[in-house]
Amino acid sequence: MNKERYKEITDKIIPKEDKLKNGIVAFLVGGFIGLIGQIIVFILENNFNVVHKDATSIMIVILIFVASLCTALGFFDNLVSKAKAGLIVPITGFAHAMTSSMIDYKKEGLITGIGANAFKLTGSVILYGVVSAYIFGIVRYLFFGG
Amino acid sequence: MIFLYSFLFCGVVCLIGQIILDNTNLTPGHVTGLFVVVGAFLDSFGLYDKFIKWFGAGTLVPITSFGHSLIHGALAAAEDKGLLGLLGGMFSLTSVGIVAAIVFGFILTMIFKARD
Repeated sequence: MNKERYKEITDKIIPKEDKLKNGIVAFLVGGFIGLIGQIIVFILENNFNVVHKDATSIMIVILIFVASLCTALGFFDNLVSKAKAGLIVPITGFAHAMTSSMIDYKKEGLITGIGANAFKLTGSVILYGVVSAYIFGIVRYLFFGG
Repeated sequence: MIFLYSFLFCGVVCLIGQIILDNTNLTPGHVTGLFVVVGAFLDSFGLYDKFIKWFGAGTLVPITSFGHSLIHGALAAAEDKGLLGLLGGMFSLTSVGIVAAIVFGFILTMIFKARD
């Protein structure tokens, strides 16, 4: 079978993803998580008298804990496959990537499994975040005076 | 009103991510990596701080705020200690998120089994 014929057949079989629907779902889910974050900060500030800076930290910890728990319980993957970027782009995606890569390699042992693979997916976020922040930071510090 | 702005900001960032995912061959790993770099870039001109002021805590939820926090902590420490502070302060704001993700992830991995 030549390549063009193969592509023709696979194009027919593979279902077309509805980009508009994906976009709307990602917008609504992502926006909802942002809304939850704002609500948590609002409640902490007004009902528990937490300083704003601490309130945002606690909010991030709560979101990470919920995402990790949902990943460990096993139903976060289904949610991600439906909401896609709506759950990957917020900090929940970071926690999901970390927990799922740990839990997937659990059977290979503590060191070679969990330890070696914990940062398999989140490593790129940390690496490129740190490198770009360092380069932008140096440029800002040296040329614009901090 | 700040609730609506939070919703809109976080939603729009996710929408941009979804558009990139749908129209290119990039994986979610590429998109999150790209967004962190964009967040760090936006904060190097103080723009992300203005977003936080305008749109509330919804701006701290997307992964772009991770890049923002990295460079923000680094620059704050650089004012005291110069170039050494740029290294030392890098994780001063983001350590909450990273440590929480590591600790919760590990504890929950110990408790639960992988599902197929």
